[in-house]
Amino acid sequence: MMAAAYESGAISLEGVMKRFGDFQAVDNVTLDIKLNEFFTLLGPSGCGKTTLLRMIAGFEMPSGGRILLDGKEISDLLPNQRPVNTVFQNYALFPHMSVAGNIGFGLKMLGRPKGEIRAAVAEMLRLVQLEGRGDSAVTQLSGGQQQRVALARALAPRPKVLLLDEPLSALDLKLRKSMQIELKRLQAETGITFVFVTHDQEEALSMSDRIAVMSHGKVRQVGSPADIYHRPADRFVADFIGETNFIEADAVSIAGGVARVRLPSGVEIPATFPAGVTPSGKVTVVIRPEHAQMVAQAGDGALRGIVGDIIYLGTDTHFHVRLDDGSPFIVRRQNATNGPSEFSPGESVGIRISDNVAQIVMNQP
Amino acid sequence: MARTFSVRRQSGFATVAMLCFFLLYLPIAALVVYAFNAGTSIAIWEGFSLRWFVSAWNNQQVVEASWRSLRIAAIAAVLATACATLAALATTHTAPYRGLTAKYAFINMPLLVPEIVTAVALLVFFSRVKLWTGYSGLGYLILAHSAFCVPFAYLPIRARLESMDASLGRAAADLYATPLQIFRHVTLPLLWPGVFAGLMLAFIISLDDVVITEFVKSSGQDTLPTYMLGQLRRAITPEMNAISTVFLLLSLSLVTVFFCLSRNRKKES
Repeated sequence: MMAAAYESGAISLEGVMKRFGDFQAVDNVTLDIKLNEFFTLLGPSGCGKTTLLRMIAGFEMPSGGRILLDGKEISDLLPNQRPVNTVFQNYALFPHMSVAGNIGFGLKMLGRPKGEIRAAVAEMLRLVQLEGRGDSAVTQLSGGQQQRVALARALAPRPKVLLLDEPLSALDLKLRKSMQIELKRLQAETGITFVFVTHDQEEALSMSDRIAVMSHGKVRQVGSPADIYHRPADRFVADFIGETNFIEADAVSIAGGVARVRLPSGVEIPATFPAGVTPSGKVTVVIRPEHAQMVAQAGDGALRGIVGDIIYLGTDTHFHVRLDDGSPFIVRRQNATNGPSEFSPGESVGIRISDNVAQIVMNQP
Repeated sequence: MARTFSVRRQSGFATVAMLCFFLLYLPIAALVVYAFNAGTSIAIWEGFSLRWFVSAWNNQQVVEASWRSLRIAAIAAVLATACATLAALATTHTAPYRGLTAKYAFINMPLLVPEIVTAVALLVFFSRVKLWTGYSGLGYLILAHSAFCVPFAYLPIRARLESMDASLGRAAADLYATPLQIFRHVTLPLLWPGVFAGLMLAFIISLDDVVITEFVKSSGQDTLPTYMLGQLRRAITPEMNAISTVFLLLSLSLVTVFFCLSRNRKKES
């Protein structure tokens, strides 16, 4: 299928810093992005993820630290000297060129012969499913099609690493979902290392091999989507990814890498904790809403409380429960059957917690 | 429903507007009409004739002055547009810094400095240069015209550049284009309508200039406007009207060409 094999590259960031005046945009980031990986930089706006991406592309020079591609330092190279291409958030297609002109631009600048460029453009058009649209003006394309052209343009020179700066944020929900699958397919088909920037946690979870969660210029946690979701390292990560219940508890003992914590209700449950820390005394425990179930007998659960708001979400229902100590707790229940909920506001209920789902998180400094 | 205040609905608004247009265009219309007068007066109509156009065409001084005007305007417009393009490239898409406003002011200063001041300054300066070099050709006029045309060319080019997406340059750099290739393949093609507008504007402004030309020109270097000014001191014949009419036609056709070009561009995008 492929005319020539794609060559993939690995990126290493070593203590990378970026200051803008007094503002520390990226603060001592050390990361290894592996060969063939779909790697996502995830965080709220202003966390430094885009600045980090721009430094890998060469649009910003680091204030400190080193960026390596396959072990060779590239920090001092200009953007046009790096075998790395970018898909821009606003696509940045050249409005005065046709679709084919845009896709072939990189190869043309590299001085490749016309025949080779034509062949590469045809292959790219097939890859992004835009066969026959080579002569169209890019301004006549829909948002989704422009997105595909931007992808094809960045892939055509066969970069070792593809950088994607929130490329799906301008698309509507349906199109975004189908482009997520499309991107995943392209990455699998080409084997090129993808570095993807997004603030959308769902997007990150569904597409990535690994995710780095960032805030305030620092990397909070690096791991697989399941790691990040089920074993968040700190309160920020737990809070940013998905919905979460935080419960203040006491660490009682540690055995075999699992701690026992005493909940405010007096019940003790096992809880995992991040590597490199030894929980003791007052700790915060994370329990996801889908890992708890409501029971009618208040005494049967690990926690007790009174039902407040009940929010119907189609696939799920959210029960907002006020615990005995006054803190809020959300239980998510899948609507496996039709019909009214068996619980009603004001009712006293117990909350059961699934086995081995609690995670102790560090309160960030 | 209470109607909000609108200038457009005030009584007499339309009348005043019509009056303004009338006062603006009536004299021009009269000038064009009397260019076709068969008689020698610019106020008494004596029938239709093209004699004054023929007379202007056969007037050696008019032809020479026109040719000189066109040459000066063409060269000055190109020089001014080149300078203005470079200035626009240097002053757009940059993060604001101390001194940027001062640069804008310097570039646009000729628009604000009274023309007579510039004219006198150039007269004094060039007379020195003439003494030193002994050169007294058209170069002085061309340089002077280039200088005061720069801000006129700068404005449309900068406007075009500002409306351009800054990330296009980054995208081109990302796709292995060197700075020179970025300029040739991305910036210049997109900037072209602005450059063309700047070129036209500079050309017309140069063609039209009287004050600075009057001060800077050596003897025998009359441009069409200064020649006409000289003639008006003597007998006024409809020949002046005829020349003005041709002048007007030339300006109008330039504007029309530019309008059509820019409209086609818009249709494309």
